[in-house]
Amino acid sequence: MTDNYILGALRFIGLVLAQVLIFNHLNILGSINPMVYILLLFWYPVQENRTALIAISFALGFAVDLFSDTMALHSAASITAAFFRFPIMRFVFGVNLEFQNFRISGATRVQQLSFLALLIGVHHLAFFSLEIFSLSNLLLILKRIVLTGISSFIFSMLLAALFSKRRA
Amino acid sequence: MQRIINFILRNKNTLLYALLLLISLFLTIQNNDYHRARYFTSANWLSGTIYNSYSGVTQYFDLKAQRDALLEENKRLQEQLYNRPQAYAVEMDTSSLDYVVLPGRVIKNSYASPDNYITINRGSRDSVVQDMGVITSRGILGIVERSSSNFASVQSVLNSKSNINAKILHTDYFGSLTWDQQDFRLVQLEDIPRLTPDPMKVGDTIVTGAMSSIFPENIPIGTIVKIELNQAGSLYEIDVRLFNDMTNLGQVYIIRNRKRPEILNLENETSDD
Repeated sequence: MTDNYILGALRFIGLVLAQVLIFNHLNILGSINPMVYILLLFWYPVQENRTALIAISFALGFAVDLFSDTMALHSAASITAAFFRFPIMRFVFGVNLEFQNFRISGATRVQQLSFLALLIGVHHLAFFSLEIFSLSNLLLILKRIVLTGISSFIFSMLLAALFSKRRA
Repeated sequence: MQRIINFILRNKNTLLYALLLLISLFLTIQNNDYHRARYFTSANWLSGTIYNSYSGVTQYFDLKAQRDALLEENKRLQEQLYNRPQAYAVEMDTSSLDYVVLPGRVIKNSYASPDNYITINRGSRDSVVQDMGVITSRGILGIVERSSSNFASVQSVLNSKSNINAKILHTDYFGSLTWDQQDFRLVQLEDIPRLTPDPMKVGDTIVTGAMSSIFPENIPIGTIVKIELNQAGSLYEIDVRLFNDMTNLGQVYIIRNRKRPEILNLENETSDD
């Protein structure tokens, strides 16, 4: 149990540092910076407390905000993703979620990837709508969501493959 | 009472989410106001220290480019020095200078978001405070927005809130320099009234104007790449290509105008009347 907390804390710090020192400066095609810290929500245990998850996501987003001068945009986006995490899981995993020993690593690859993609989708939607904050720029918002979303998805997938726990 | 508590317990996730969302929105909107203190900037102790040690390593990767930029600047300054009409006869008294220049280094750069801020390794300990100009050897960079004891956060010209007085070199036609958030190589010069004949051509140089109490006059900004009229046809909208490569920043100069307090004081008194 304590191991889980230490692992969680390490992932928290590692993801924030990776985000602000590496991924915030990638600038693919000039302006695309993938946001990979959302992986923390992907790795978070299924049965754990949802209230704690929202609080942790706020801390996560706020840490990234502090480094990227984005005010509280990352915080708002990551608590939104945390709030919608459970509905997304119910949608993706269905009845499997009811089983006592259900783990995300036990689900099929398609399920895992669609879970990750939906998390990223919700997060980016919230982030970019707040960032640009006017509907006159609707096309710009959509373009940014799609391009950044794709790059976040690819990089998160690679990181998840590298750092997830081994399948039991 | 019991039912209220039950209600709160039942909906604690939604309530917590709503509360945190409100806090985030409040911070975001409140920080959006120009010159309302932005409390949470990357100039704080924690991120400042981490960025500083990180850039302490990465700065070695572009030492060559930085050296070339400084050489280029030295060459320009030497040329100016040797071509002066007469040599300095009087010894220069540094206490009578209007502008004081302080060197610094960029420890965090950003150019891809709609509101870019740059962090530098000088803070209030080096007497860097809000509203001091920041330039590089090539041209203008931004204005100090907030400083902690060792670091300062600079509002880049690539920021939707940036608004800098600029003019066309060798004329007094001035306008304000803004950014449309599209391309990090291009900024926009606005509010120059339509004149006949056209006072400028594509390729002309844009420099800082004399209306600002932050930057000295004639600091290079960029060259004109496109001139258009606005919809009413009364003002020009000009695209300016920056001299600075905003993606590759190293050494910077922070400029303090000694007379700025006096100018601000005078302006305040005048507007109070």
